[in-house]
Amino acid sequence: MTDENNPSAGTGTEPVSHEVPEHEESREPAPTSLLVDRLCLFYGEQQALTDIDMRIPQKEVTAFIGPSGCGKSTLLRCFNRMNDLIDGVSVTGHVHLDGYDIFAPEVDVAQLRRRVGMVFQRPNPFPKSIYENVAYGLRIQGAPPKAEMDEIVEWALRSAALWDEVKDRLKESALGLSGGQQQRLVIARAVAVKPSVLLLDEPASALDPISTLKIEELIHQLKSEYTIVIVTHNMQQAARVSDNTAFLYLGELIEFGRTQQVFTNPKEQQTEDYITGRYG
Amino acid sequence: MNRHISEQYDAELDSARALLLEMGGLVEQQLQQACQALYNHDIDLADRVRVGDATINQHEVDIDNLCTQIIARRQPAATDLRTLISIMKASTDLERVGDEADRIAKMARKVANLEQPADRYGDIRDMAASVHSMLSEALDAFARLNAESAVRVIDADEAVDDAYDEIVKEKGSEMKSSPETIEQSLTILWVARALERCGDHAKNLSEYVVYLVKGTDVRHADAAAAVSDS
Repeated sequence: MTDENNPSAGTGTEPVSHEVPEHEESREPAPTSLLVDRLCLFYGEQQALTDIDMRIPQKEVTAFIGPSGCGKSTLLRCFNRMNDLIDGVSVTGHVHLDGYDIFAPEVDVAQLRRRVGMVFQRPNPFPKSIYENVAYGLRIQGAPPKAEMDEIVEWALRSAALWDEVKDRLKESALGLSGGQQQRLVIARAVAVKPSVLLLDEPASALDPISTLKIEELIHQLKSEYTIVIVTHNMQQAARVSDNTAFLYLGELIEFGRTQQVFTNPKEQQTEDYITGRYG
Repeated sequence: MNRHISEQYDAELDSARALLLEMGGLVEQQLQQACQALYNHDIDLADRVRVGDATINQHEVDIDNLCTQIIARRQPAATDLRTLISIMKASTDLERVGDEADRIAKMARKVANLEQPADRYGDIRDMAASVHSMLSEALDAFARLNAESAVRVIDADEAVDDAYDEIVKEKGSEMKSSPETIEQSLTILWVARALERCGDHAKNLSEYVVYLVKGTDVRHADAAAAVSDS
């Protein structure tokens, strides 16, 4: 935690700490990937996020949960400035990625989005071959020689646990893959440019249970290399895949803690009501 | 506590709680009657207690089944999860108290058939009274989700352990001085041992109440400190 080494600090009146609590097994807390500092976001006049402060650790999975309209996807989309594409959006506060302010005027947004990859609810492969889908991001960066490209494509498809299923049909259209395979292809495409963060917005909500489990298993494997932030409506999915869970409600961060704690003993009544399916 | 959006879920949890408290009531009664059978050399009552144990066992099985169903269907979290875990663990302890009552009933039968001058069972009566009140208070704390009251039960266990040690000492010297009482003394020692175990189970139940209410695991720890911290 922050400065509360003082045992008399627990008066119950101080604001909720948005620091990820220390690991129960007393190892060092993971270094920070994304630091969110008093972030507010407005759609025109309407405020969608209010004073969000949080520290998202590197190479861990952080899940955002909350009812529809709570701001979890909006918050996720701040991390690669996807909200810039929406008219009338204004933002105050800061988001630092590995120490750099991503809202700073000199930031190259295309470059930012290579470092912060994103996967959406509906798989969105390009109407191209499987190979070209994965190679796409590299080509727009200036393509490497063919042999190197082949290597990266294979590596990315293996990282996305898709290689064995597609290695004999790399030239076929990506649109012929199943939904679950398409979603893993999109993850391979995101991974190919070696981002530091992967944002997953409801990545499994359009998939069947088996494809969902494959995506969850993939998330578990990918976190050794990437910081992963996932938005999900499926609370059990958040419980299964994440190390940290943030509960948002009406644009505010209500609680942020280790997933183990949030799902067994949440600190806030609103969190409790939401995850147990009660009327708040 | 707010109600669930699913009323059926509330009903399922309520029925698990109700079944546990019903089991608790039966176990209390079994223990009371086993002790009465001992004091009064009432063989009929002892036999009824021995038969009654089957009902307790059945409750344990029913509670496990119901909780397993709820976990499979609802994937409970937070308070709901802690409630179900506590109920399942508590039913195991209650079943054990039932077994101890059965053991006391068995001893009551044996004592009634010994041709020894009647013991007034003074120390046992005191110890049994303490254990009964620990058990009722633990069950009450479960029903009312009262962690403070659960902590009182946890603290009370020490006195029961002391009473047990006292009885062991006393019966030990009795057996040395008058060997003809050995059989009776040993029987009483078994009863004291059973009561001491019941105290431990009441303490366990109370620890589950603290876990349920506060989310903190106070087993093998200072319960009062854990409750006031959280």
